[in-house]
Amino acid sequence: MAAEASKMEFGAKAHVALNDPKLRANFRRAMDGLMTKRAAQFADEAEWNALRARGAAARANALAKLPELLEQLEANCLRNGIHVHWAETTAEANAIVLGILEAAGARTVIKGKSMVTEEMHLNAHLEKHGITPVESDLGEYIIQLAGEAPSHIVMPCIHKNKTEIAELFHDKIEGQPYTENVDELTAAARAALRGAFAGADAGISGVNFAVAETGTLVLIENEGNGRLSTTLPPLHIAVTGIEKVLEKLDDVPPLLSLLPRSATGQPITTYVNMISSPRKEGEKDGPKAVHLVLLDNGRSRVHGDTELRDTLRCIRCAACMNHCPVYTRVGGHTYTFTYPGPIGKLLTPQIEGLDCAGDQPHASTLCRACADVCPVQIPIPDLLVRLRTESVRPTQGQAVKGAGSSATTSETLGWKGWTLLYASPLVYRIGTKMLGWFGNLMPSSAPMLKQWTSVRTKPKFAPKSLHELAREKGYCDE
Amino acid sequence: MNSPRERILARLKAAPQTAAPLRPDWAPPAYDASARKAKFKAMLEASHADVHEVTAADWPQRLKTILANKGVGNMVYAPATPAGRQLADSWAGSGPELLAYDRPVEDFKEVLVAKADAALTTARGGIAQTGSLVLWPTSDEPRLMSLLPPIHVALVEESSLTDSLAETIRVQGWASGMPTNAVLVSGPSKTADIEQTLAYGVHGPKELIVLLIGKD
Ligand code: SF4
Repeated sequence: MAAEASKMEFGAKAHVALNDPKLRANFRRAMDGLMTKRAAQFADEAEWNALRARGAAARANALAKLPELLEQLEANCLRNGIHVHWAETTAEANAIVLGILEAAGARTVIKGKSMVTEEMHLNAHLEKHGITPVESDLGEYIIQLAGEAPSHIVMPCIHKNKTEIAELFHDKIEGQPYTENVDELTAAARAALRGAFAGADAGISGVNFAVAETGTLVLIENEGNGRLSTTLPPLHIAVTGIEKVLEKLDDVPPLLSLLPRSATGQPITTYVNMISSPRKEGEKDGPKAVHLVLLDNGRSRVHGDTELRDTLRCIRCAACMNHCPVYTRVGGHTYTFTYPGPIGKLLTPQIEGLDCAGDQPHASTLCRACADVCPVQIPIPDLLVRLRTESVRPTQGQAVKGAGSSATTSETLGWKGWTLLYASPLVYRIGTKMLGWFGNLMPSSAPMLKQWTSVRTKPKFAPKSLHELAREKGYCDE
Repeated sequence: MNSPRERILARLKAAPQTAAPLRPDWAPPAYDASARKAKFKAMLEASHADVHEVTAADWPQRLKTILANKGVGNMVYAPATPAGRQLADSWAGSGPELLAYDRPVEDFKEVLVAKADAALTTARGGIAQTGSLVLWPTSDEPRLMSLLPPIHVALVEESSLTDSLAETIRVQGWASGMPTNAVLVSGPSKTADIEQTLAYGVHGPKELIVLLIGKD
């Protein structure tokens, strides 16, 4: 989506979020729980280290061979009877999905949870063209009822407590009495969505891993809605970023061990769904047609930089956000774009451009908690620093989209002056003398000082520099 | 270069090459026979499944009792599989009504979505490390059986248990050909989307009953 620079609003939104006690309590409770469960899964340090090294290597391998593996994936999918489509932009991907649905005469679509379709804003696109998408993951269903966006990539409605959900269901589901009982709320969603599954003309899902070797789409979930969306309707469309490919089936087990354990502290998700073809002759169920849409949307540009390429190893487990001191306090909506937390502030500016989301790499304390827990060893803090640098001083050749956009004339001039000052002893001496004499006369509202002094005391310049004091004491500075 | 496909691939191919890293050694856990079975059961039970140890001969009778205790009215089954035949033969007039999934879903949807209380499928294997059933649905035993009815009963042979998914993939030769759909099932359908509170049966089965057929 073409987003404008006005999206740089993290600071303002963070301020609002920090002053919302309910939101902070909802996140605190959820994040503490997820961190504890994850820690219990990886109590064996040696096992964790060996597993994540293997997982990281499997992903890095796929990225090193990405074009070949995508061609192999395509060939194997086609051989299996899965149609394959390529989209450079989200607009193209939306058009492809809409085209497939329209050709099939589909009016209603049941959706499994998919962050890529959130990235595409697919639901809005379908609605505009008269097709009704129904989210079937409980969390996604809740936020769809509320008209909101996900605030977490694994637990989309984590920002809501059960009182809010009880009110929402009572309000939006016909005949639903007010109840805060989680079993009753879950049963209400099951009942409401059964009909939607049975009546849907098509199912749309994401993909967790696409295995090039066999042309297999691996989808993991706990609820069964993903399996239903990809089995019951006559048509299944899977949408994935081009980076989700794996070379071999053998790469699945280590990553499958890392993903749910990192995400929710489960040894494995309830369902691991591996789809390799549409319904074959004689089979009694399953979709008659399966389509795979491969979305680029800036990923190939990220891939072009060998350092930033590591971003694409991500398996979307959300551990980085669960452990981020910034995310856990401000919540996912503060990030404006689809992907929040550490992976979001790393990925979003690369996809949307530093001119549009360049404030995000700064929303980090660089405490390295994200890097410590990332199951595929993405050095997130180092890459955030790289993006910060890119935003003012673009690298030759491999510039990130919007690189240099944060460089301002006054700052550039300031640094030029600084260089000059330090390059010449004479200018330096005159400069420090002048500051000693006149610096304290500068009001704290002076242009260069204003922002600094808004949260700090104005520095007091000493009448004599350290050099002068040392010289008076008889030290020699040459 | 006018298709998105060509443009994407061209960009990827123009990127600086880096050596594909070697995959470091990593070994999933391994168990001896008794530990394997114990782990399989314990993991499944921890995921809220019921595991019953049965024999190749007595499982239909055992199942009948289990279903009767739950007040199950009917059960979908696969009439053309050996397990389905054994079930039908031993059912003979008593026990829940058997509903045969013997036609395309288009003609069976109503039963599956709204009427069925339970369904019986076989599992191709079981994985001890995670307590997972390996299902490879076939034309005789379709995909939705293990998904739509509120109770899923799965038959699994103890001799088909493996230690890990990695081992399953290797010993069953998955890389040489995957079926239309393969599924690992590790418990009944569940969610924790509302305040991290576990609730079962959100879309798939509320209950998973595993009949583990002993080696003899
Ligand atoms: S960056 Fe790492 S920790 Fe964060 S979601 Fe991706 S894989 Fe998980």
